[in-house]
Amino acid sequence: MSTKSKIEKPIIAGCINKMKLELPAHSLNESFARSTVAAFASSINPTLDEINDIKTAVSEAVTNCVVHAYNNTKPLSQSIEIIKIECELYETHINISISDTGRGIKDIENAMQPFVTTRADEERSGMGFTVMQSFMDSLNVQSREGSGTTITMQKFFTKETSNKVKQA
Amino acid sequence: MHLKTRLHQNVLYISLDGELDHHSAEYTRQHLDNLMGQSRAAQIIIDLANLKFMDSTGIGVLIGRYKKMKDRNVPIYISNPSSQAERIFKMTGLYSIMPKIS
Repeated sequence: MSTKSKIEKPIIAGCINKMKLELPAHSLNESFARSTVAAFASSINPTLDEINDIKTAVSEAVTNCVVHAYNNTKPLSQSIEIIKIECELYETHINISISDTGRGIKDIENAMQPFVTTRADEERSGMGFTVMQSFMDSLNVQSREGSGTTITMQKFFTKETSNKVKQA
Repeated sequence: MHLKTRLHQNVLYISLDGELDHHSAEYTRQHLDNLMGQSRAAQIIIDLANLKFMDSTGIGVLIGRYKKMKDRNVPIYISNPSSQAERIFKMTGLYSIMPKIS
């Protein structure tokens, strides 16, 4: 006998598409993560700038998971922690949530300041959160030390993009 | 990431072709250091016309190279950044140490 897998949440009204992605926190997957979210958003034909903004913000968030949350330098042969990416696409905006179960952020406010990095020795710029904030329309960071971080970002599309969806 | 170089009138042109992110940073860093280390050029121009993607990791890579070449008094310039890269450069003030040239 087979059991049907349950859909966790009903699809929210107005939501065009929904995606859940789980990937091992290898740096190799950073490119895949940002390209996949960009492809997900592409279905409503956003402007190239909108796509690139989303791509950059996702890249920053996923890199934070690999570098800071898990500090992953393990070879591919070893099992590894997971990064979860959830996206919801609406005709007016996209919601993106990226979470890890890594070490968490002690002082979020400080971590979000420009040029703040805990890894200056590795030539990290400390601009990840600043880039996310400036390329997206909203950014929310929730974190608990020792149990992980979830960031949620929102990007609103231009009227031209939204209108194209309405006419489609 | 592919790096192409050309030496012309004592200027070393380095063209970055590919995506500069955390994954490709280490490779890019090492290659830039090799190319710049061997060079006797008076100036270096990093051409980004073929750079398809860059996030803030790229800033760390560029500032690191700036610091190394500063000791040798060799200025580095940026040319042909994408609009996305340009926004990150302006946000971080990179152009104050690596001016943009056309």
